[in-house]
Amino acid sequence: MNANEPLLKVEDLHVEFPTEDGVVHAVDGVSYEVARSATLGIVGESGSGKTVSSLTTLGLTRTQGARISGRIIFEGKDLLALSEAELRTIRGNEIAMIFQDPLSSLHPFFKVGVQLVEAVRVHQDVSKKAARARAIELLGLVGIPDPNNRVDEYPHEFSGGMRQRAMIAMALANEPKLLIADEPTTALDVTVQAQILALLERLQSELGMAIVIITHDLGVVAQVADDIAVMYAGRIVERSSAELLFAGPEHPYTWGLLKSIPSLSGTRKEQLVPIPGSPPSLINLPSGCHFHPRCPYSQPDHARIDPQLKPVPGEPSHGVACLLEPSVRQRLWTELGDGKTPEQARASVGLPEPQEALVTASETVGDEPEVGL
Amino acid sequence: MSRYIIRRLLWGIVLLVLVLALLFVLFRILPTADPAKIRAGRIQSPKIIAEIRHNLGLDKSLPAQFWIYIKGIFLHFNLGYSYYSNAPVKELIFNRLPATISLVLGGAVIWLLAGLSVGIISARRAGSKLDRASMGTALVLVSAPEYWLGLLMLFFFASDIGKIHVFPGAGSYIGLTTEPAKWFTSLIMPWLVVAAGTAAIYARLLRGSLIETMGEDYIRTARAKGLSERRVVLRHGLRAAINPIVTVLGVDIAILLGSSVLVETVFDIPGIGRLNFTAITHSDFPVTEGTVLFAAIFVIVANIVVDVIYAYLDPRVRYS
Repeated sequence: MNANEPLLKVEDLHVEFPTEDGVVHAVDGVSYEVARSATLGIVGESGSGKTVSSLTTLGLTRTQGARISGRIIFEGKDLLALSEAELRTIRGNEIAMIFQDPLSSLHPFFKVGVQLVEAVRVHQDVSKKAARARAIELLGLVGIPDPNNRVDEYPHEFSGGMRQRAMIAMALANEPKLLIADEPTTALDVTVQAQILALLERLQSELGMAIVIITHDLGVVAQVADDIAVMYAGRIVERSSAELLFAGPEHPYTWGLLKSIPSLSGTRKEQLVPIPGSPPSLINLPSGCHFHPRCPYSQPDHARIDPQLKPVPGEPSHGVACLLEPSVRQRLWTELGDGKTPEQARASVGLPEPQEALVTASETVGDEPEVGL
Repeated sequence: MSRYIIRRLLWGIVLLVLVLALLFVLFRILPTADPAKIRAGRIQSPKIIAEIRHNLGLDKSLPAQFWIYIKGIFLHFNLGYSYYSNAPVKELIFNRLPATISLVLGGAVIWLLAGLSVGIISARRAGSKLDRASMGTALVLVSAPEYWLGLLMLFFFASDIGKIHVFPGAGSYIGLTTEPAKWFTSLIMPWLVVAAGTAAIYARLLRGSLIETMGEDYIRTARAKGLSERRVVLRHGLRAAINPIVTVLGVDIAILLGSSVLVETVFDIPGIGRLNFTAITHSDFPVTEGTVLFAAIFVIVANIVVDVIYAYLDPRVRYS
């Protein structure tokens, strides 16, 4: 295999779940790549489809009666075309996944060591003794002190940060080429978050594995991601290297995310500019650009035309799915950078107000039904 | 874990004493008639009545009487004396115990096997026709009165009066040690009757518990590790789903041991339930008191055992 070819390539993925209330379009045409030994950060709010696309990679959405189309190429094989048995040889082996809440994600009735041993023995033909030794080794690898004794404890006897380390240890049992981390730090204290992220970085450089980190926290991706994909309502709205994204974000949603973060260096009087409204229902998605009901700069066309990911002029690896002219976007971003509110920026640039009334912060555009995963 | 067990045992003893106090009030203080006369049986001989007065310490204060009562139970397991049957109640109960234990434990094995397997299959195919059919059948079995089921079985399958001569009829119970084969065949129909309703309950219970468990995050993790679905369900899912069943099982068995009177009557099995029923009809007060006492002790012991087993199954409980 060519070393430059991406490890994982998701092509035009669509995932739909038929439910009693209608069809949930969880993933609506998503494409991204993960390079070997690199970290891709997928950023989005709840309901953006970020988790579903990763679960689908491992075939874990097949049981819900999901309708899946597209391709997910991993080492030359299309994962969507593989049988359940073939996928099982990949899960926990070549591709591993860790989840958000380690307390509920580890089996409460089995000792940590037992769960680790199981992870090893399902893919490797080794004795229980050897597997246990490997379990202890893994616990040490992720920085858990006194692994010889800890291995015989139950998950509830671990602290939150240690539990997440134990989950990571379990995921690494068979030295996967790709680790998918779904909100790994969301349930943890901020200081512990930093430790876990540092751990993931260290493991990546030691083991050479690729990481996909899914999060709603831009701070997290700023720290660890090489590439970033911003997702909204089942689509990727912006995709680029981390450097380019933070230096020059192009999509109004990304601007909204960045402006929503309080800054330690800003003045106390500086107002946060939240994005008004809530993410749309995945059953009744807005027509055209999915973001247009909440976008301060949307034009009448935007409700009709589906934006495609197009490269930003001068930055071929930086893609954005927005119908505004690139030059207009540049000017808007400059105005926002000067401290203007979206409305002021819009006025400065000379854009007309959106014709549909903007969704205000208190309105909800329909409730999203639970997609049990 | 051992600290947990010791704590449970101590609380169990406290609970036992409290229950015994309650029974003392029920059987000694509440009845309006003379406690000695009630226990003397049909033939009210003054000599016997005086003997009872002495044994119970009726001339002493109530606390002293209670103390004699407690001492008798803990030291000698004295459950009273039946003048009607001319035997200590303890002896009467222990004579009948094997039959009831045979009935209840055999039934329990069947209801566990049937209930659990149906529960698992129904949970895995929730919403399917098979699931609906089995849950519907379960509902019918739960609603059917035991004695009706028993009589129906005798009507169809009893070798003496039934339409098809398959199983031995009522009254053919023989002790296990006397004639094992006959013991077994005579209990098949009673077992099925005891098991029918309870299997249905356990099937429904496990189905619900397993469906809920399979939605938990750690099941998703187990799948993400690459485990086969069978292992995910049977090792990860069932292990967590079984807890409510274990809790219910201990108490169910304990209660049944004291109250299987309907099945015992229909099939004429000489068990404790029948003993109690007969005692009531003959106003044999000491036997009634003794069997209630026995049942209470049994339920408390069963609860302690169940609590300990539960702590073994769910390690999080040990720290409470």
